[in-house]
Amino acid sequence: MLDYGLFTFASKDEVLEKSSTYWNPGKTQFWIDSGVPLVIDRREGYFLYDVSGRRLIDVHLNGGTYNLGHRNPEVVAALKQAMDHFDIGNHHFPSLARTALAEALVATGPPGMSKVIYGSGGGEAIDIALKTARHATGKRKIVSIVKAYHGHTGLAVGTGDDRFAKLFLADRPEEFTHVPFNDLAAMESALRGRDVAAVIMETIPATYGFPLPRPGYLEGVKRLCETYDALYIADEVQTGLMRTGELWAITKHGIAPDILVTGKGISGGLYPIAAVLVSERCAGWLTEDGFAHMATFGGAELGCIAALKALEICNRPQTRSIVHHASDLFRRGLERIQADHPDWFTGIRQNGLVIGLEFNHPEGAKHVMRQLYQLGVWAIFSTLDPRVLQYKPGILIDPELAEEILDRTALAVARAAKEAQR
Amino acid sequence: MSPEMGPEMGAEMSAPVTTDSPAAAGGMLERARWAARAYARYDKASVDRVVAAVARAGAESATRYAEWAVREIGFGVAEHKARKNVACSTGLAEAYAGDDYVSPRADPSGKILSIPRPAGVVFALTPSTNPVATVYFKILLALMTRNAIVISPHPMAKECCADAARTLAEAAVAAGAPDGVIQVVEEPKLPLVEAMMASPLVDVVVATGGTPVVRAAYRSGNPALGVGPGNVPVLVDRTADLESAARLIVESKSFDNSILCTNESVLIAEDAIADRLVSLMRGAHLLSEAERDRVRDALFPGGTFDTRFVGKDATWIAERAGVRVPPGTTVLLAPIDAAVPEEPLAHEKLCPVLALLRVPSATSGIAAAKAVLRITGAGHSAAIHSTDPRTIMEYGAAVPVLRISVNSGNSLGSSGIHTNLPISMTIGTGYVGGSSAGGNLQPGDLVNWTRVAYHVDAPFGDFAGLDPWSPPDGPVPGYPEPSNARRPGLAVPVEASGPGGFGSGGSTAGSGAGAPQDALRDEIRRLILEELASLVRS
Ligand SMILES: Cc1ncc(COP(=O)(O)O)c(C=O)c1O
Repeated sequence: MLDYGLFTFASKDEVLEKSSTYWNPGKTQFWIDSGVPLVIDRREGYFLYDVSGRRLIDVHLNGGTYNLGHRNPEVVAALKQAMDHFDIGNHHFPSLARTALAEALVATGPPGMSKVIYGSGGGEAIDIALKTARHATGKRKIVSIVKAYHGHTGLAVGTGDDRFAKLFLADRPEEFTHVPFNDLAAMESALRGRDVAAVIMETIPATYGFPLPRPGYLEGVKRLCETYDALYIADEVQTGLMRTGELWAITKHGIAPDILVTGKGISGGLYPIAAVLVSERCAGWLTEDGFAHMATFGGAELGCIAALKALEICNRPQTRSIVHHASDLFRRGLERIQADHPDWFTGIRQNGLVIGLEFNHPEGAKHVMRQLYQLGVWAIFSTLDPRVLQYKPGILIDPELAEEILDRTALAVARAAKEAQR
Repeated sequence: MSPEMGPEMGAEMSAPVTTDSPAAAGGMLERARWAARAYARYDKASVDRVVAAVARAGAESATRYAEWAVREIGFGVAEHKARKNVACSTGLAEAYAGDDYVSPRADPSGKILSIPRPAGVVFALTPSTNPVATVYFKILLALMTRNAIVISPHPMAKECCADAARTLAEAAVAAGAPDGVIQVVEEPKLPLVEAMMASPLVDVVVATGGTPVVRAAYRSGNPALGVGPGNVPVLVDRTADLESAARLIVESKSFDNSILCTNESVLIAEDAIADRLVSLMRGAHLLSEAERDRVRDALFPGGTFDTRFVGKDATWIAERAGVRVPPGTTVLLAPIDAAVPEEPLAHEKLCPVLALLRVPSATSGIAAAKAVLRITGAGHSAAIHSTDPRTIMEYGAAVPVLRISVNSGNSLGSSGIHTNLPISMTIGTGYVGGSSAGGNLQPGDLVNWTRVAYHVDAPFGDFAGLDPWSPPDGPVPGYPEPSNARRPGLAVPVEASGPGGFGSGGSTAGSGAGAPQDALRDEIRRLILEELASLVRS
């Protein structure tokens, strides 16, 4: 009996059955078929517990939503305290928490950021970024990379893979150009017509399996943007918030973007919120018509408080140090594992704690994911490149847990190698 | 070592711990664990470099922090504090220069190989009385033994201590130590400190402070080295060199205005020599009974010690008590009739007021010393001035302390500065003093040894030239460069094509200058090899 007060289920099977009936049959079945019949119950730190009681170490963290661990006690405390005073707030008015967070984001953002616009999720924030770019440039076209993923809202979905747009008749090829990643020539030909409002780039494309930008690529894209008068939008939804060892990964490239989008982890994993940081050049609409983009839940004050705390934690010197130490350990550990399976485990794509493990099989990461799951680790394959496993340890991880993850990974990689050969 | 003053300290200690307080440590302990993990693999030469650099940095700032400490806490003598700071930096490094807590030791005759195993994360509470010296001391002990340390200074001294810890941390990292090996709690609020002490991320708590602090350390559930308060009796018998005893006692009692917990508290003098001794104590003012009463009332209003007098000089105290003393007075000598708990002046007084008790014989002097320690200070320290080995041995056997300085001032005697005891700002009071530590805290206390023992009949291995440790291969941790800039060819980016594909402009990322160029070169080499390979195939 699974009894949660407000609702009960007789068993996990009943949950799965009703999940199919009332919620999402496709997703429900997908995970059952993948050998990952996970229904998350308790969650704490970097651990998840299936309703069966099985513990899993979370190295998916929903793309960084749980960077600071599940139910991070500091964020929980901040929110609990805030709930005695605040609620979502009224989005029409100036607000305490929204203002405080905006100031903190501008202060810690890359150089040149001037104002903050809120959304309730990453997709909405991307839409805001694209709308902002269009307003600022008076141009309509958006360039993104092939197999980009910036969310599934109205405009964001156009920047991504056709798989998610065509189904809903939402593809708009005339407005959204897709160019191959790491190809400056292709980028240049897309921009040459000077009719592009913005290039939107994840600093490391997550859902595509973290292919790393070649040294100089992003810098080159930024230069092309300047040459052809397009804006550079940095999607730091997954790469931001100290994951690469700097608060914003884009600053490791010395790039000051025109617009930066943050989501996922900024919520502290507890209250949905996303934010768009814009330069003064892009901020015009906020003066021209401050009501032009509206959302009741955008910048909900409780979310702002969670975000303020999450941002403060991410930006601590301790956190930065932990990320640097852990990156070092994971690099060495993964290289050791790779050395045992050079033909199977073919690549480590790493920038700090953004890590993609590449396997020599079209669905290699699904095998490793399944084996890891059986070994008590939850990491997800890359939707848009299932050869690559997304491997994102928490940014406050301690060395013992890091070593445990590596030990389990070594086993899973070896087992998956055998499984994939069959 | 030093009983903490500040009644607020004790009061706060019993305050409820809020549930979120461990987290408010803000990742410090996690960071320390990473540093400890890395540092535990350093070899001896690398550790020596770190220790030497940190000791030097400490000595260079000794005077600055001594003055800062006096300014911040409002008591003590800057010049004396500077001396302690030097003793606890370069002095300490020199004292242990010949010791090795890093390299494995092979004992072929015993057929045992011993491998040191650092504690890990040391959580160190430091007192207000010897703030910076204790910070230096604990940091150097931790570094010598390859531990990471988090300093939690006494709230009264938090600024000088935090700054000193940061200075040493910078020196450590500059000398190659891992980032985070030394950290300091900037706002040491009691619930936070208590929660940190109890954290599973801490390996050992080293608590110097008042009884409540030490008790809290033991309650934490973590291994703890806590040391209790002192209340030092000093016996002068008829065989003593009185000139020397008089001078040393006054010097010791006035050193840093008595705030070392090793300072003499009750002078026990054999009747036969008492007057002459007192007359030789230049700088000590013998209080009349009326004056004594006024000083007692001032120091112990309502029977409890007024912490405002801690570390203040003798003339300041005399003035507050309404007693006129000659200029140059450094010690107030207060005659008492008995060493009993209801005599406040027989208790510990961390200020230059020395109780004086006359006894008919050395034997009754020994009994009096025991009586003093029955009040407080069991396990701590005592002193004796005598040339009679029989008396000295009897004193040592009877008096319940774990160190006795002989013909030496006790302030610097029991802390190892004027004797050959280990130099220490942390004096273990042992079982009799409610502590698991019985010696002067020293580096060896922060390291365990794994004993690798052969069967008695099995031949012992030849471990010569083997070392499990190694120097770091760069800054620890290295800067997180992207793997394709760091190790070209390993992570081949997908969908790469076109001549514009690689870095034309050089990356600004990180420290690895030249890495992008290398990457480019390797990339070109790879493409050429691929082309050649396809030529060969076709
Ligand atoms: C890089 C990136 N941008 C944007 C989004 C969209 O965020 P959300 O799912 O909150 O709409 C995601 C979500 O996975 C993402 O990974």
